[in-house]
Amino acid sequence: MSGRLAFLYPEIALFVATCVVMVLGLSRTLKARKASAWVAGLGLVAAGVLAMASTPRMGQASCPISGFVYHDGLTPAMGQVVLAEMVPYVKVMIAGIGLLLLLTMAGTVDREDEARIAAGQAVFDPLRSNRAEFYAFVLFSLTGLMLTASADDLIWLFLALELTSLPTYIMVAISTARNRSREAAVKYFFLGALGAAIFLYGFALMYGGTGHTNLNAIAQHFREHGVSTLSMAGVLLAVFGLCFKIAAVPMHFYTPDVYEGAAPQVSGFLAFVPKTAGFVALLLIVGAVGWEYAGHSAGVTSLFAGDGMEPVKHAAGGRQLPELLRLTLWVIAALTMTVGNVLALLQSSVKRVLAYSSIAHSGYMLVGLIAGPVGSTFTTNGVSAILFYLAAYGVMNTGAFAVLAALERGRDAEGHVGEAESFDDLRGLCASRPMLGWVLVVCSLSLLGLPPLLGFFGKLPLFSVGIAAGEIPLVIVLGLNSAIAAYYYLRLAFTPLLDAKDEGSAAIQAAPFKGRAVAAALSAAGVLVLSLAGGWLMTKAAHAGAYYPSAPVKAESAPISDEPAPLPNDVHE
Amino acid sequence: MLLAALILIPLLFGVLIAFAPDGRARTLAGLGTTLPLLLGAYVATTFDWTTGERMQLGPMEPAAWMKPLGITLSLGVDSVALLLVLLTLLLGPICVAASATAITTRVRTYYAWLLVLQAAMTGVFCARDLIVFYICFEFTLIPMFVLISLWGSTNRKKAAIKFFLFTFTGSVIALAGLVYVAWYATTTSGGKFAGWTFDIGVLESAARTMSAKQQAFVLLALMAGFAVKVPLFPVHTWLPLAHTEAPTAGSVILAGVLLKLGTYALYRFVLPFVPLAVVEYAPLIALLSIVGILYGGLVCWVQTDVKKLVAYSSVAHLGFCILGMFALNNTGLTGSILYMINHGLSTGALFLLIGMVYERHHTRSMKELGGLAKRMPVWATFMVFFVMASVGLPGLNGFVSEFLCLLGAFQASSAWGSGVWHSLGVQKGATPGDLGPWFAAVAGTGMIVAAMYLLIMVGRVVWGKLVLPHGHGADNHGHGHDVPAADSHATESTGGLPPDLTKREILTLLPLAALCLALGLYPKPVLMALQGPVSRTVSMYDEMLRNPRPGPAVEKSAAAERGAP
Repeated sequence: MSGRLAFLYPEIALFVATCVVMVLGLSRTLKARKASAWVAGLGLVAAGVLAMASTPRMGQASCPISGFVYHDGLTPAMGQVVLAEMVPYVKVMIAGIGLLLLLTMAGTVDREDEARIAAGQAVFDPLRSNRAEFYAFVLFSLTGLMLTASADDLIWLFLALELTSLPTYIMVAISTARNRSREAAVKYFFLGALGAAIFLYGFALMYGGTGHTNLNAIAQHFREHGVSTLSMAGVLLAVFGLCFKIAAVPMHFYTPDVYEGAAPQVSGFLAFVPKTAGFVALLLIVGAVGWEYAGHSAGVTSLFAGDGMEPVKHAAGGRQLPELLRLTLWVIAALTMTVGNVLALLQSSVKRVLAYSSIAHSGYMLVGLIAGPVGSTFTTNGVSAILFYLAAYGVMNTGAFAVLAALERGRDAEGHVGEAESFDDLRGLCASRPMLGWVLVVCSLSLLGLPPLLGFFGKLPLFSVGIAAGEIPLVIVLGLNSAIAAYYYLRLAFTPLLDAKDEGSAAIQAAPFKGRAVAAALSAAGVLVLSLAGGWLMTKAAHAGAYYPSAPVKAESAPISDEPAPLPNDVHE
Repeated sequence: MLLAALILIPLLFGVLIAFAPDGRARTLAGLGTTLPLLLGAYVATTFDWTTGERMQLGPMEPAAWMKPLGITLSLGVDSVALLLVLLTLLLGPICVAASATAITTRVRTYYAWLLVLQAAMTGVFCARDLIVFYICFEFTLIPMFVLISLWGSTNRKKAAIKFFLFTFTGSVIALAGLVYVAWYATTTSGGKFAGWTFDIGVLESAARTMSAKQQAFVLLALMAGFAVKVPLFPVHTWLPLAHTEAPTAGSVILAGVLLKLGTYALYRFVLPFVPLAVVEYAPLIALLSIVGILYGGLVCWVQTDVKKLVAYSSVAHLGFCILGMFALNNTGLTGSILYMINHGLSTGALFLLIGMVYERHHTRSMKELGGLAKRMPVWATFMVFFVMASVGLPGLNGFVSEFLCLLGAFQASSAWGSGVWHSLGVQKGATPGDLGPWFAAVAGTGMIVAAMYLLIMVGRVVWGKLVLPHGHGADNHGHGHDVPAADSHATESTGGLPPDLTKREILTLLPLAALCLALGLYPKPVLMALQGPVSRTVSMYDEMLRNPRPGPAVEKSAAAERGAP
């Protein structure tokens, strides 16, 4: 038991920090409440350090609980699915990018009140201040995200996913003083609840089909008995529900409205945190099903069949996800990329563009999920590709949102501070605010996937795993979508650089919060450093995605069994 | 190390310029392009031209970069790549000099991007790693995009976007093809999983063992990327717009080097990687290039915009280049590679000349310009010289390469060795292939068309009655007015420049002219230098074509490798 706890140290540290922040939120002085941001930062640093310390060595499976480990302290054997090394990687990544996001949150709530207090026009009213609560929500959400990565049980997974999402609804609502934030929050909440209901239903069916809630046991069950129709229905529902978290078609509708309604820094948070939670959960659920089913159309093999040549051997022996699941994900991936990119072309608001592009990026990453771990290297492991892309996306996307957060225009008639929203607002930014302008240039070009920037190195493994898994048409769709994305990312990169300042953009000032600009600078620095020397992160991602595949499951027969699953004993307990 | 320096020096100077005061930018840019040129001259002397097919001057132990991806920072050049590097290095200082008076706004930014572009282009030719190649190949887009959209003419935004999107779309597809080859290589390394590598040499030998169908798909993907860059008909539509809107130096680099990235990639990847597919589709590609030659030529004929005319002539010229390349014999490929260099010299110079007129009279329309020989005799001399080089006048460089390309296409027919041709004894010098006299004959008419449009242009602009635009087109877009010949010191301002060329301008043109003449009169050293790499590629094709598929050379080794557990 103590071993299990030890593995949760990062979450515990984060939770303690959250509690301290909550208590600070009760204090009577503004000074104490202002400390809450620092405490939150310390909590994240501590969680990151603890997560790093818990990194297991390859093949040792030293972590008592984690993605999937059957036997404590044993080397994973054939027949087991192990994503053990994923957990520390994800947690360190969450802590790192969480710190960046925390920096962007500077001055999000209570700005008006605190300005009045500073000007001596008002006195601090402990009842009116939400500052500490806001940071507590940020930490709660990040704690939920870490717990998602640690989950080995469906119920745990569900609770963790909800802990990730619930605080974000409130964060959206209180992020600005405008009504559109409230509207966005309501939309987000109801659709989020719908999504949660769908994947909860899916989890229930998975339990019904296998008799287990433990992911290890479910995986074991699938390996021994195949995936029954009931379980497959459950898995598909879970996937659809999680599409809400990652903002994938058909659950993507909320994204542009919510991102537009929320303050840019909170939109940046939404683009990374729920997406990461969704992808980690997808990896766990889809990983439980496994990528070891014989596919009758395993891409390359069939593409070049009838050539009078031996079919090229698939690196993983021609194995793939169950056909139905693969097809579903395939369609979701292709649609997600295309819908996201095409609709992004039509937008005039930068936040909406970034929202649609965040949909598209989810589509890219789904290619890695479909391909799965074809081989053990970084270039052939879809899990590693996703994990690396998540980190890359987190850094570069946070940079773009941080720039938006660091800019504002004067107050409107109702006294609300305006945001830099349209492309026109960014004109000539490189000349007027070189640092922010260049951060935007670097981050958008990186998001576009232009070599030699980080985004390119994120996409390259997606290309290679897609090809290695024989999903060549999907890779072509991915390539064409990168080209579509070029249009709006170029606009985003070059409006600040090439266009001259005009009256509209002259009204744009820097927001009076250093944290946001610092976050932007750090993100761009991160993008550049990782572009030049990101090898170490790739190695980490390769280890994190390490996967020990089992022998092919029922290679001859159909992967999906129609027989009802035999009820395991523990159901009757 | 030398090659790395060739890439890094312009890059460093580019960064330096970005932080230097505006006044120093040009000096630094001149330094940042001249130093590599001098270094390049030194590199050319250390290069062993007798074994031009060997990759030389690269580090012995290339450093790994992004190790999990299998990328290595490996550099090296064969004689083809080195010649193109030298062309790039030569055009560097010329472009800087040509921009001296043309660029007056945001000078720092301009020169910084120009130097970054130079570094990226050099990197393309020097790369021995697929991803390093691809990075440089793609990264050329950004500086060019900036150059066009900041210092271009009226329609620059659209031109820049179109240029970027066309080439980017193509090259992403090409990347998929290249990554496919890299993946394929991991599955064929004798059963052992040797890890991922993007080393071009390794991939080259692995790629050849792919089945014909796989090769066809890879060919399709690669052509999607590289044909756009060349540009091959029908994906050429970005080029006239980009060329026309770009600033002079931008056009020079576009025509001189950027288009060669496409043809170089065809030479470096398509020909050696997918021989089976190349043999199968060579006639189709040759057909497209002929369509490009004729179509480009005919479009030129009706142009009134001088710059657009030269731009479309690039479509036609590179058609010859591709035709020669896909003749797949020694003559054709040699001619094709020589054409890359010649086109860079002569078309680059033509763009310079047009830029010089544009700087003075702010128009490129043939309706507003005429009889400039009276006003600008030096300019006119150069113009006629380079037009002749471009047309393919014997004695100048264009002739040699165009003739070799056509001859290569002419010879490349398996039909020569049989039937009536055999009895006539004309099979001598013929090589196996699927092109042949018809291809050469139809393409040959393209030379006539080229002569027509270029000479018509010269006739109107250089000779005839002196016509100068009214008020420099700023407020008058109508026809120019006639200027009495005696009024040679007309009061029209010429953008602060003397009516005829300045010393600086002459100096930018002289080296190009000298090279055009030298390569036209005595191309032998260059042709000899190309023999190594050309015969290395051609011998493989010769073998394949003489032994119709399944060719023993390719398929047997494929079967052997695949048979291994």
